[in-house]
Amino acid sequence: MSTSPQRRGASPAGLAPSAIDLDGVTKRFTTPNGSVYTALSDLDLQVAPGEFCAIVGPTGCGKSTTLTLVSGLERPSVGTVTVHGEPVSGITPGVGFVFQNDAVLPWKSVLDNVALGPRFRGTSKTQANAAARDWLRRVGLSGFEDRFPHQLSGGMRKRVALAQSLINEPQILLMDEPFSALDVQTRAIMSNELLQLWDLTRPAVVFVTHDLEEAIALADKVVVMTAGPGGTVKATYDIDLPRPRVVQEIRFEPRFVALYHQIWEALRSEVDIAYAQTTDVTRAAS
Amino acid sequence: MAAVTPLTKISGKSETVKTPGSYQAKVRKHKLLVHAAQLAVLTVLIGGWQLFVGNDSRKVILYGKPSGIVNQLHIWVTQGTALGSLGDQIKVTLEEAFIGFIIGTVLGIVCGIALGRIRFLAEVFSPYIKVLNSIPRIVLGSVFILAFGLGIESKILLVIVLVFFGVFFNAFQGVREVDRNLIANATILGGSRWQVTRHVVLPSAFTWIIASLHVSFGFALIGAIVGEFLGASQGLGQLIKQAQGTFNANGVWAAMVIMGVVALAAEFLITRLENRLLRWRPPQLSGPEL
Ligand SMILES: Nc1ncnc2c1ncn2[C@@H]1O[C@H](COP(=O)(O)OP(=O)(O)O)[C@@H](O)[C@H]1O
Ligand SMILES: [Mg+2]
Repeated sequence: MSTSPQRRGASPAGLAPSAIDLDGVTKRFTTPNGSVYTALSDLDLQVAPGEFCAIVGPTGCGKSTTLTLVSGLERPSVGTVTVHGEPVSGITPGVGFVFQNDAVLPWKSVLDNVALGPRFRGTSKTQANAAARDWLRRVGLSGFEDRFPHQLSGGMRKRVALAQSLINEPQILLMDEPFSALDVQTRAIMSNELLQLWDLTRPAVVFVTHDLEEAIALADKVVVMTAGPGGTVKATYDIDLPRPRVVQEIRFEPRFVALYHQIWEALRSEVDIAYAQTTDVTRAAS
Repeated sequence: MAAVTPLTKISGKSETVKTPGSYQAKVRKHKLLVHAAQLAVLTVLIGGWQLFVGNDSRKVILYGKPSGIVNQLHIWVTQGTALGSLGDQIKVTLEEAFIGFIIGTVLGIVCGIALGRIRFLAEVFSPYIKVLNSIPRIVLGSVFILAFGLGIESKILLVIVLVFFGVFFNAFQGVREVDRNLIANATILGGSRWQVTRHVVLPSAFTWIIASLHVSFGFALIGAIVGEFLGASQGLGQLIKQAQGTFNANGVWAAMVIMGVVALAAEFLITRLENRLLRWRPPQLSGPEL
């Protein structure tokens, strides 16, 4: 357990470059009414290769924005984003992104959806389909190849999204509240499966969630962000729970409970601030 | 009928078997009722018309009458029209409508998607599109006939112009409505701009485009007919014009019946295409269908 102060530059190992390195990143948006909104300010974050990092923080603190910066969908206003030692320009190669809302293509069958990445990269149809079948088996969706997404349950669609990302064998997997739309049981099952899948190729993971329990159960490292505007890293916690973990059971372990209490202390004040802001806004509006 | 027989055999499950059986019977009865009502409406309309006109020769000239229309159709089919065989007239009009419809649709889709995807193009062309869209385009028919003569080219052009804008605006709007999440996802999966357009934007916009095709085919027929009206040597429009010139109301109506049949056939084909292309959609209709 260490409440490490923010480290700049080098990865924890000190040798290999970090998989992800955000250095002094500020992100401003121009809102539709012309004013400037600072979503992130002076954010530092490193994720080592193969590390599972969870980000928690109140709504609107800039978690999703952080992921779009790493993926290359957006550029930082100030600071640098480096992935595997290379500054990000354009879409970051070797990155997978699982979105909060369904982003599988509704007009493609499950098989075609999963085969999409290889097809985009020029793999032949037969090879891409073979790889897609393989991944569908791994996420437990064999036999559903010909279905359209609307014919699947929410959990199954998430599995398709996972297979669709993982088939590209990304070195970095970004996940934006991927399971938040699922019911509690499905969510626990999916978390477990995610850990098993992660173990297959061991990408560095940045997993955004508002659920602290989920974050601790999954991650090697939990990052707490401050409330927006100008969200930044408040504290980082190493999770020294042994692996392999069983997500449904780990929450009863004393070590888990201790970590939970400690991190919740840091998170709660930020949630309170964010909540106070929204109630201020509603009070001002009424 | 088959649903009734098991009742006596599986006595224990009679409740569960009975429900779908009586439900089916109910549905069948309802359908029968609808069809009967439709037939009644038709009979009253046609019969009323026939009775109202009767044998009054002045009224026949003004309004035509059902038996006269059938008679006219019979003459056209067996003896041909003043312009040549009926088949040829239909063929000419259909040719104009179809060729113009296809070209106008393809142009509309290509331009709509290009302008929807490439902001610069949209900015440059938006005033021109607005101006072109605001003028009553049917007038262009006269311009085309002066410029390209009485042949089918002038009609095809008019049809293209009429079809293009509807499809264009729908394709353009369709592109703008594409879920940004889907685009981001496909981009991160490795899709190039063209691949994203092809696999994400186009299929998504197709919901909008197909909806516009129903209306557009109607426009295509109007364009062909009006074009022929304005000046032609053949076609259904010309046939109508001749009938009008000789006070043959039955002829006008007969040509309209033919066009109605053509329009219904086209509507059927477009719906087939729609179901084929949009079969990925969840069934989402509620309320009565038309
Ligand atoms: N494209 C954008 N334009 C303007 N404001 C944005 C944009 N994207 C995000 N924001 C704002 O930035 C803040 C952080 O957003 P986000 O990263 O989505 O928060 P989180 O995921 O932590 O809930 C929010 O207040 C949001 O309104
Ligand atoms: Mg978010």
